[in-house]
Amino acid sequence: MNSSGLSLLSAHLPVAAAADGLLERLPLTLRDTFVQWFPAPTQWLLHHLISIVGILAIFGLFFAFTTVAERKLLGRLQNRLGPNRAGVPKFSFLPFHLKHKLFGLTQPFADAVKALTKEDIVPAAADKLLHFLAPVLVVAFSLLTFAVLPFGRNLIPVELDAALLYFFAAGSATELTIFMAGWASRNKYSLLSAMRALAQVISYELPLLLSVIPVVLVAGTLSTQEIVVAQGFWTFGLLPHWFIFTPWGAAGFLLFLVAALAESNRSPFDLPEAESELIAGHLTEYSGFKYALFFMAEYFGLTALSGLGVTLFLGGWQAPCAFLQFIPSYLWFMGKLVGMIVFFIWVRGTLLRLRIDQLTRLSWQFLVPLALINLGNAAFWALTGAWSGPLQIVRWAVSAALIVVPFVLMGRSLTRGQAPRTYRYAT
Amino acid sequence: MITLTFIALVTLAAAAVAMSQRNLIHSALLLVASWAGIAGFYLWAGAEFVAFAQILVYVGAVSMVVLFAVLLTRRSHAELAIAPASVKRILAAIVAGGAVLGALFGAVLSTPLASAAAPPPAISVKALGAQLLGRHTASVLLIAVLLTVALLGAVVIASTNSKEDAP
Repeated sequence: MNSSGLSLLSAHLPVAAAADGLLERLPLTLRDTFVQWFPAPTQWLLHHLISIVGILAIFGLFFAFTTVAERKLLGRLQNRLGPNRAGVPKFSFLPFHLKHKLFGLTQPFADAVKALTKEDIVPAAADKLLHFLAPVLVVAFSLLTFAVLPFGRNLIPVELDAALLYFFAAGSATELTIFMAGWASRNKYSLLSAMRALAQVISYELPLLLSVIPVVLVAGTLSTQEIVVAQGFWTFGLLPHWFIFTPWGAAGFLLFLVAALAESNRSPFDLPEAESELIAGHLTEYSGFKYALFFMAEYFGLTALSGLGVTLFLGGWQAPCAFLQFIPSYLWFMGKLVGMIVFFIWVRGTLLRLRIDQLTRLSWQFLVPLALINLGNAAFWALTGAWSGPLQIVRWAVSAALIVVPFVLMGRSLTRGQAPRTYRYAT
Repeated sequence: MITLTFIALVTLAAAAVAMSQRNLIHSALLLVASWAGIAGFYLWAGAEFVAFAQILVYVGAVSMVVLFAVLLTRRSHAELAIAPASVKRILAAIVAGGAVLGALFGAVLSTPLASAAAPPPAISVKALGAQLLGRHTASVLLIAVLLTVALLGAVVIASTNSKEDAP
């Protein structure tokens, strides 16, 4: 970030500027000292290159360890151990061998070697170019979305005025790659399941966007950094003013969570590649490293959407209490991000997969209308910002009623005749 | 200037190759590349918001409509004729294309353009929003109502439960 952006932010946050300690500025200081060694005309390029390399390195490793965490946590949820065998490799040039298993933490590197050395099978009838381009593009687009996430008070790769729009523009291009993958395989099952996947992704794009708009409405900006700054206040220095702690924000966050799960093809919405029914759907004809690229893009997409959820609703890099600000902001961001990912893994281990008709119905009949109502709710909240004293209680009550009453009514009417479900067990 | 030439070349080349492709899906995907090139041009011109909106709407949404339309209407490969069927069709195509070209050229040439010396104004999203909801409120409201009604219509269509599509 340049100096003008810095001064703009510190103008916003007089309190936070004082807390801008050594650790807080450490990544920037490291970058600047490194860049100083190079001639001035190339410095701007190096600045951006370091951001790119940083994102690739950190989120590449984050992806690797997310897969271990997922397999281990799912193992625990299913009462088994999960991967715990991959340890320190035996290097033949060393006279000794450390026989520690490292709790299986080197598993992703073993997986990477496996994916790289597997045979890459391309069907004879396939459209070779598109078949190759699909996994490349999907990773490229999913990595692009990281550019506008504010990882810390001073850490944002690109500060854009229309950052949110950029995020969704970069994310929406993944639909094209799903189509390309399904169509280029020249396999009717691949094409059919690509259509299913597209139906799902397009259906859930709408509630995802609609659940984000209330935040834009209340914060009055599309810039992710300014949205985080708008949440940087505390009542009594203890209760954070994050958007999730408002009625519309809580509803918006829940809608966002469901839509994000579906957008990133995670369980319980993982029908595009439901391995037990569809042999991986539009990825059927992909093997080896290309499959690994799709897998990687899925996790990148999930991480980016979690990061966006943290930014919009969970206060981004803000500390939960005012006195905890001495901990660097990027650690808070990463902590919340890890929390979101663990939550998603937990959901995957808990819930069952939906049927395709249930999936589209959930979006169009339930999430979209609720998201529209929530938009009106946020408008009410934005208009009553000046209310104080006892009116504040009225404001909270009305706002909560505006979302809870439609939720209950719609839930009742949609499940009429289907709920409560009765279970019969063999005795 | 080099950047502009490059963007223009990519956009036009993608569009040209799209027209000469026998495979309609390839044409559609090249058209998407061409739209992305136009977004690149907006970015080059400093109109970030328009560029991202272009990507979101055209590359994300309109491309899907085009691809679905191609998939649903495609006849078999053999009967897909690229060569025009008759002289009459060639003439009609030239007349229609020429009319569009003439209209566009006329519009471009008759628009008074500011002198090149003026620096491009840096427009923030906030200023853009103020413009849209200040001077152009009526049109924005009309479009918003139209789109919301379309959305609600989709919800209503989804909500009507007919017997045969229940599992």
